[in-house]
Amino acid sequence: MVAVKETVEQVKQLDVDQYKYGFTTDLEVDKAPKGLNEDIVRFISAKKGEPQWMLDWRLDAFRRWKTMDEPQWARVHYPKIDFNDSYYYAAPKKNAAPKTLDDVDPAILDTYKKLGIPLREQEILAGVQTSKVAVDAVFDSVSVVTTFKEELKKAGVIFCSISEAIKDHPDLVKKYLGSVVPVTDNYYATLNCAVFTDGSFVYIPEGTRCPMELSTYFRINEKNTGQFERTLIIAEKGSYVSYLEGCTAPQRDENQLHAAVVELVALDDAEIKYSTVQNWYPGDADGKGGIYNFVTKRGDCRGANSKISWTQVETGSAITWKYPSCILRGDNSRGEFYSIAVSNGYQQVDSGTKMIHLGKNTTSRIISKGISAGKSQNTYRGQVSAHRKATNARNFTNCDSLLIGETCGAHTVPYLESKNASAVFEHEATTSKISEDQLFYCRQRGLSAEEATALIVNGFVKDVLQQLPMEFAVEAQKLISISLEGSVG
Amino acid sequence: MLEIRNLHVAIEDGSKKILNGLNLTIRDGEVAAIMGPNGSGKSTLSYVIAGKDDYEVLDGEILLDGKNLLEMEPDARAAAGVFLAFQYPLEIPGVATMTFLKAALNAQRKGRGEDELTTPDFMKRVKAGAEKLGIPQDMLKRGLNVGFSGGEKKRMEILQMALLEPSIGILDETDSGLDIDALKIVSEGVNALRSAKRSFLVITHYQRLLNYIVPDTVHVMSKGQIVRTGGKELAFELEANGYADYVTNAAA
Repeated sequence: MVAVKETVEQVKQLDVDQYKYGFTTDLEVDKAPKGLNEDIVRFISAKKGEPQWMLDWRLDAFRRWKTMDEPQWARVHYPKIDFNDSYYYAAPKKNAAPKTLDDVDPAILDTYKKLGIPLREQEILAGVQTSKVAVDAVFDSVSVVTTFKEELKKAGVIFCSISEAIKDHPDLVKKYLGSVVPVTDNYYATLNCAVFTDGSFVYIPEGTRCPMELSTYFRINEKNTGQFERTLIIAEKGSYVSYLEGCTAPQRDENQLHAAVVELVALDDAEIKYSTVQNWYPGDADGKGGIYNFVTKRGDCRGANSKISWTQVETGSAITWKYPSCILRGDNSRGEFYSIAVSNGYQQVDSGTKMIHLGKNTTSRIISKGISAGKSQNTYRGQVSAHRKATNARNFTNCDSLLIGETCGAHTVPYLESKNASAVFEHEATTSKISEDQLFYCRQRGLSAEEATALIVNGFVKDVLQQLPMEFAVEAQKLISISLEGSVG
Repeated sequence: MLEIRNLHVAIEDGSKKILNGLNLTIRDGEVAAIMGPNGSGKSTLSYVIAGKDDYEVLDGEILLDGKNLLEMEPDARAAAGVFLAFQYPLEIPGVATMTFLKAALNAQRKGRGEDELTTPDFMKRVKAGAEKLGIPQDMLKRGLNVGFSGGEKKRMEILQMALLEPSIGILDETDSGLDIDALKIVSEGVNALRSAKRSFLVITHYQRLLNYIVPDTVHVMSKGQIVRTGGKELAFELEANGYADYVTNAAA
């Protein structure tokens, strides 16, 4: 069919210009020597001025990592990564230790402004946003600024970079770091333990509802540099927090590694809502460049009646390998996973979740929407398991795939395992295609091919978009349309 | 005015020719009916006017008020005033009918260089239109055509036509799958839209629909051509005698 040929042609032309965040900021940087060895680990720890216990923890992780192998089970293909060919630490020079926003290099502030991330509190207050959002801005290997810290402090909330937390709140860090994702959890997580550079730390005290949305914005700027972020969120008994995470990177020909670890701990009656809009550079029309996004995200519903909810909109990265999971340890705890994964060009996505039911009356819900266009491959991989003692565990999974064009692929790989006879797991899956007939119908009513595709796709992902905070939902909707530009004839 | 001259059309891969030098003129305000046996090319004609991709126009032209439709994208044709009521309207899951109507209306207005309609204005128009066609409000909140009955889908097509105010409305076998009550409602909806400026092309197998939407002209189509043209009485003749004459004659 002509239309299909056109689609293929269009996808071939898929222009990197569509990635709107691909610019670079010129800065003097302080870098670690290239390569990965114990000295680099020591270098990072020294740069951060870390205590001995943290260095020991890193070195232990590094030694273990050297004995591990890269996982091969994901449905992604890429040339072997030479871990010695990257830089593991890069920090803007002028930004050694900013006390206030005025000390931050204007070039960096300008970068965030271009990305649409307001860092000046008065700008946020004066802005159109109806609700306040506190931002921790992580630039390459360092957190450059965290906003609204003072106001949050009054509520007893700690929101700072993980580097600061290691120095200022060592007891909390010691108690919880690595308690959800163990040091030896997997190849990339272990590497992260050894070389993580920055990330966010959140602590919500007992009975506190965090007075504003918290957010971290990750930006990779330096060439050949991996970003290894580490985020730790602790919600004490009866507390609540909603946290947002966004990411972008410049366009580059070489692949860059992003291997993050995020740990969430929810104690009795606590709730954590974690939303991600991931828009790392996806590579160019020929599949050159782009971020390798190998991420371990896990939440532990440690207390009774606790709840953790993951919502993600994934449009970027050359390769995504990511399974935000919930360990439902506390009785009556609940885990949720809402995901939209869009792939275009030569992107490869292998993403999903794990819901591990350990406690009694635990419930989980998975809604996954995969959209594939171009020559991309999009895999949902999900595991739901009920432990022997997980009486009355309940899971509902719905996983839908939408294909645009003839040269992409969608795959669904569910793993279900129940060791308790009272557990009830439901799994629904569909795969559909945006048909030429649907497109023609919309166009006959006056919509352009792009508008028609965006409308159909937005209808497809509606259930998940509704889970995002309002401001984010609008952004995400736009982002999805941009990511699919050029995918139809 | 819609003018179709010497239109030759084949299926996209060139395997089969469907329209063979078709000529047809529909004046402003005229309701023209096209009748003909299965496979005579009636639906193809409606798709080619609207700009569907699956066909190749080998020769001829289609002019709407002097504008060459064949050079335009389907959405530009819609904005120029072409509306096709589908025989099988498509379902768009997750997109509320109301959202779709608004997107379509504003896209066309944008295409014509007009301002978008304000939400209250839009709501007023939709509500008034829906009421006339007996479309309940909650249906407008559901996904477009998702889970609608055949009759509901056809009524929704007419509501869209009423909102989009085309200069030519093409009804492709709108009567198929309708019971008599639904047929009346749909026909009344169409009749209400008749005006001195707006033309209709009504494609049907059966004379029955033409009792409700009374045509000014009736054209018989066979083997991709208009083989006979007459007034509304021609429809009765076809109903009585069938298409057998035309099928054999045209083959000769």
